[in-house]
Amino acid sequence: MGSPPILAVLAVIVAKALVVIVVLLTAFAYMTWLERRLISRFQVRIGPNRVGPFGLMQPLADGIKLFFKEDFVPAGADKVLYYLAPGLAMVTAFTAFAVIPFGPPDVQLFGVPLFQISNPNAGILFVLAVTSIGIYGIILGGWSSNSKYSLLGALRSSAQLISYELGVGLAIVGVVLLAGTLQLPEIVKEQSGFFFGFLPRWNIFVQPLGFLLLLIGATAETNRPPFDLPESEQELVAGFHTEYGGMKFAAFFVAEYVNVITASGVATTLFLGGWQGPFVDQFPILGPLWFVVKIFAFAFFFIWIRATLPRIRYDQLMDVGWKLLVPLALLNLAITSVIVLIWPSLGGGS
Amino acid sequence: MGMNTNGNPVLTTTVEAFEKLINWGRANAVWPFQFGLACCAIEMMATASARFDLARFGAEMMRASPRQSDLMIVAGRVSQKMGPVLRYLYDQMLEPKWVIAMGDCSSCGGVYNNYAVIQGVDKIVPVDVYVAGCPPSPDNLLYGFMKLQEKIAKDHPLRSQKVLKELKTL
Repeated sequence: MGSPPILAVLAVIVAKALVVIVVLLTAFAYMTWLERRLISRFQVRIGPNRVGPFGLMQPLADGIKLFFKEDFVPAGADKVLYYLAPGLAMVTAFTAFAVIPFGPPDVQLFGVPLFQISNPNAGILFVLAVTSIGIYGIILGGWSSNSKYSLLGALRSSAQLISYELGVGLAIVGVVLLAGTLQLPEIVKEQSGFFFGFLPRWNIFVQPLGFLLLLIGATAETNRPPFDLPESEQELVAGFHTEYGGMKFAAFFVAEYVNVITASGVATTLFLGGWQGPFVDQFPILGPLWFVVKIFAFAFFFIWIRATLPRIRYDQLMDVGWKLLVPLALLNLAITSVIVLIWPSLGGGS
Repeated sequence: MGMNTNGNPVLTTTVEAFEKLINWGRANAVWPFQFGLACCAIEMMATASARFDLARFGAEMMRASPRQSDLMIVAGRVSQKMGPVLRYLYDQMLEPKWVIAMGDCSSCGGVYNNYAVIQGVDKIVPVDVYVAGCPPSPDNLLYGFMKLQEKIAKDHPLRSQKVLKELKTL
């Protein structure tokens, strides 16, 4: 097989990226719909049902309304940063998804794997790095609006994200030790097969504590309830996006929901066997389907706990982060290291 | 984009179609401002909760920030001290915005016929829909909300005097 033409390869890569962005945007729109419908059901209400069947056109109506809102910059705001912040938050949210594999790597066109945009050899580090840049969107948004509520919300958010980043990172190291690699497709491949012939060889069964810590940390990092302190309306009006309206607010909204999808994708890849599922070996096209199913399960879970749990206090948030999450993650890391050391066949590294 | 269509049939139809689309979006995604003043606020909360469920109209997104909300439901009497605050918050809301005067007090002063209460909130902000009652029951408010939706649907967002004036200044 001769080397494929460079233009064709480029075209495949660009098309792949475009498809993923469009799918993510659609997923964002319908996650808002899903959230409103599900929360309504949890509260014995009906939820949006006036526009289209089951209110399916609701995201479209919201989008049109937000698009035709007044374009506004507060007095005394730093104009450049005020416009830059929502874009930064949104772009980093999309970028983090680039390294997550959503299908078997053998499906290729011109030698380019179709079901993953990019496969850097430090995949999971890339996700952590890019989501950390997303904090800049929040901080700059809060700082540039020239409003005390925005600034306080942004400070809270940054403190929260930095605290929980640590716990999440340490929880992920456990999985990396087991897999012996940072590449996400390799981590997925390592989870293939079964324990005792029936239990899928997913990391959630090997690292239940790590999974729990990642779940808590991911909830906090995506600013979802019960950790949505940056936007708690009793204290801070709407947090870092208090002064944002119209499409710029929508950009922050997109960032939040795409971050939820990305966090679900990371958790799926690391702990639930990624795109693996029944019949994927025979029909590789089923890979993305299983991946979407697992992401949907996570999204449902995030909405569920939003409807269930009240928002926690700020000192409680910091207590959970530093006194519970980090020590437990360290414990998890120590135990995993010892087991991998004395039983190298479990770790993929040796 | 001269919105004065000058009787051009194609242009008129296009603009009308766009206006219809914008109005549809606006009427079905009215996010109210989380702003309760008195006893009417309790009825407003009841409207948003189970049994009455304002969410059916896509309007359960109660925003705490005026920048993100489209509709101010003045739920309760407005005292002289609250008046400037209310006007300030109204000014902070982004165009297009609407106001529902909920209950007798905010419509005309109601039983509080005295010097401490503003006799009708329409003295300080333009009101689109008045909902009568003391306090109005949630279905009254829902009816008022649907009237507001009808009003939004009849709007001409691309051909209003405001837009024409702004286009001239460009």
